[in-house]
Amino acid sequence: MTTARSLAAAAAVLLALLLQVSLFPHVAWQGVVPNLALLVVVAGALTRGPQFAMVVGFAAGALIDLAPPADHVAGRWALALTVVGYVAGRVRSESSPTATTVVGTVAASSFVGTSLFAITGLLVGDLSVGVGELLLVIGVAVLWDVVLTPFVLPPLMGLFRRLEPARVT
Amino acid sequence: MALLERTGRDGRAAASPRRLGSLTARRERRERRWHLGPDLERQQRPSRSLLVALGLASATLMTLDLTANGAALDPVRGVVADVVGPAQAGASAIVRPVVGIPDLLRTHSSLRAEVAALEEENTALRAELGSAAFQRNRLAAYDALTAAAEDLGYSLVPSRVVGWGPAQSFSSTVTIDAGTDAGVRPDMTVVSGAGLVGRVVSAGRTTATVLLITDPSSTVGARVGDTMDMGFLRGRGVVGDEGRLDLELVDRTAVPARQDSVVTWGSDGGAPYVAGVPIGRVTHVYSSLRETAQRVVVDPYVDFGSLDVVGVVVPTGTVSDRALVGPDGELREAGR
Repeated sequence: MTTARSLAAAAAVLLALLLQVSLFPHVAWQGVVPNLALLVVVAGALTRGPQFAMVVGFAAGALIDLAPPADHVAGRWALALTVVGYVAGRVRSESSPTATTVVGTVAASSFVGTSLFAITGLLVGDLSVGVGELLLVIGVAVLWDVVLTPFVLPPLMGLFRRLEPARVT
Repeated sequence: MALLERTGRDGRAAASPRRLGSLTARRERRERRWHLGPDLERQQRPSRSLLVALGLASATLMTLDLTANGAALDPVRGVVADVVGPAQAGASAIVRPVVGIPDLLRTHSSLRAEVAALEEENTALRAELGSAAFQRNRLAAYDALTAAAEDLGYSLVPSRVVGWGPAQSFSSTVTIDAGTDAGVRPDMTVVSGAGLVGRVVSAGRTTATVLLITDPSSTVGARVGDTMDMGFLRGRGVVGDEGRLDLELVDRTAVPARQDSVVTWGSDGGAPYVAGVPIGRVTHVYSSLRETAQRVVVDPYVDFGSLDVVGVVVPTGTVSDRALVGPDGELREAGR
């Protein structure tokens, strides 16, 4: 079962990367595209908890860092999405996900993820944009992710839940 | 109870019942103290150490990439590019006809607005805009590329843009569907029919990553075409379609005129930029008393919001997997 879940997660991450690199730039606003990989991580976190989400987040981040259009220092998205997996996973253990919880978690995760990516860029001297532009990009990214949540999260959460029989406690 | 059974099956623990007893007692004490079910506890306790482990792994990746200019990660990037690159090209081929329709409408209306604003300018500029409108058409784009090769005197590897880096990554990069198989190497100049696009930063087998000149980390040696004044052109990383560039002139007293064209100054051996490629035209000149140098704003000829067909400048006679556009403007068949 774990193998099937890992394969599903890997396929979801790869599809997310392809869509956000090749499809969404055509409809992007100011070059900002929805962060689908982050949505996959949040879906994993809300259904399977922080451990699974952190591993998915690290793998997805490393893939974004190393796949072609990327030119930034590798490991920055990996770190950002690992933390996103942890934070979103903590939400799950405290309450069962209602629609509001899901949207709130996505918004918070998107904010944390993009901000953390920017902060690591500042730390390693890889970022050279102004604060205004930074905040604009983070804001638009949160908006995009929230808008796509109703279309992306339910099927993904359903997928992860179906691949996981109810845990025997 | 489940713990007792599990530990009981463990040979080592079963061998010393006293130790097993103390283990169970300790476990029970802890559970009472934290009021947590065994499930929640198992779920949460190791997750913090996993967070630390993965965080350290990310830091290791960053360190590897920062030392020796990322030489350690280059093979890994190559392997990932070989897997993800063709997938991007495939996805882009599927997506292109679908997004083509609204894209056509959008660029058409924006071009119309642009033409209206520039109507008072001279006929040469208008002709240039007219030819830019035809770039939607693939054949016309290849024609423009052919003309560019004729002007510059280099061979071009024609390719298409298949992937765009998101603005969330705060860098302006694209993927093109030509790699080392097509003769593309890092530090080669990338142009389109309109002018300079950027340079190749890394190349996989079938895809390559191009750093656009609008990226904040990009610096191009440039000169003003009319006065031959030299300077450095830096990207401003402006989010979105409107990519403006800043030109800092070496000669502090020189004042370029409005609408002066800016071309590349060129490096030894044509890497990373070959000489004489048109970049854009001067739109504003700012000078401040505080700063000794002037800031010249350059509007690029290339519309970075709708990049499609581009050409990579290669030395004539490069072995490639596709037809090259030669210096005389003729298509050369693939010479394997």
